[in-house]
Amino acid sequence: MIAIVDYGAGNLNSVKKAFDYLGAEVVVTTQPEIVATADKIVLPGVGHFSALAGLDHKGLRDALLQGAGAGKPFLGICLGMQWLFEGSDEAPQLAGAGILAGRCRPFPASVKSPHVGWNSLAVREGSRLLRYIPPDSFVYYTHSFQAPVVAATTASSEYGVQFSAAVEQGNIFGVQFHPEKSSAVGLLILKNFCEVG
Amino acid sequence: MLTKRIIACLDVDGGRVVKGVQFRDLRDAGDPAECAAAHARDGADEIVLLDITATSGRRQTMLDVVSRTARCLFIPFTVGGGIRELSDAAAVFEAGADKIAINSAAAKDSTLIGKIAARFGSQAVVVAIDARRVNGGFEVFVAGGRIPTGRDAVQWAREAAACGAGEILLTSMDRDGTQSGFDCELVQLVADAVSIPVIASGGAGSARDFIEVFRNGRADAALAASIFHFGIENIAQLKSELHAAHVPVRWPC
Repeated sequence: MIAIVDYGAGNLNSVKKAFDYLGAEVVVTTQPEIVATADKIVLPGVGHFSALAGLDHKGLRDALLQGAGAGKPFLGICLGMQWLFEGSDEAPQLAGAGILAGRCRPFPASVKSPHVGWNSLAVREGSRLLRYIPPDSFVYYTHSFQAPVVAATTASSEYGVQFSAAVEQGNIFGVQFHPEKSSAVGLLILKNFCEVG
Repeated sequence: MLTKRIIACLDVDGGRVVKGVQFRDLRDAGDPAECAAAHARDGADEIVLLDITATSGRRQTMLDVVSRTARCLFIPFTVGGGIRELSDAAAVFEAGADKIAINSAAAKDSTLIGKIAARFGSQAVVVAIDARRVNGGFEVFVAGGRIPTGRDAVQWAREAAACGAGEILLTSMDRDGTQSGFDCELVQLVADAVSIPVIASGGAGSARDFIEVFRNGRADAALAASIFHFGIENIAQLKSELHAAHVPVRWPC
């Protein structure tokens, strides 16, 4: 069972709908106990980094860190990927998981913000999450802050700066874009996540 | 590279897709869920569904249409028409929309923008502006283009962005349904005034019109309805022409 974590940051219907379409067994939950019993964890979320404070309020932070630490496949989407890093300039007082080094920062002033729309991926070889994804595939983004390119980066996109489009470190996966809104490419990525063992 | 979006719009009345000219003379153009799926297959980057009657008695019909359309759609899906308060927006999100478009209700009370954004995120709030050329400027009209507000479109776009709108859907009423090209002057004025994306609407007739609104109008996205429904311009064909003209688009897709 895949637990989609609901901590009050927006609308999770489309993430659930995509997994349903793929035939995966998913549960949308606010309960740490359900997260603890899940085989895989998905942390979605859109909006302001401060929304992640909802994880602390609901006692979910520890459940997520324990699940990730225990080797359960973990997928952060958008804000959920940013949470994997140390923090974000968008809400400096709030700590991320710190699983990946680096902080999320705004886009440079040379481009309009937010970054909304379909952008191309530069995919590095060897990613399990991005298996069979053609190198210049397009994915759908909507965000105002971006995570740096780090050792765990498996794909990057360019918008005034090169930023992490996808990250992968052992059982930990993250995507800045919205696979549930990225047509066939996005569905293949979610299918890959369903299949990682 | 960030691409320019091509958005297919479905105007829905009583559960059916319709299309008029300058907001009048409606023609039937099919089932919303089927049209949306066909446009997505054809390469549409996004689908907008507008309930153009939006009478309160038909809300449930509309929510059923939204839910049926959303089920097999894996590209961004915006729904507008008749959203007057937060609870209306919540029902539309619950039915499967990713974004909502608000027009008259936002013009009447701009705090509605912030209320919906606070709950669902700015990325989920599109403020739709219907504008018409009046005395050398662009005036905002509401209630499906029937009521003039005396407000300047550029000023209102700025205010909507400041209130928390994630995107502006800007329709030129003068060009709507005429297929005589987008109003690039209007689009450029608004696109230069706000940092959020501007979706140009009204007047799409040919690939040339899209090239112009992206180049001269500086639109981030362009929306069209009638040309896609009646097969005058197929989206895949349009995108290949834009690609050939070096406009960045999601192509092939």
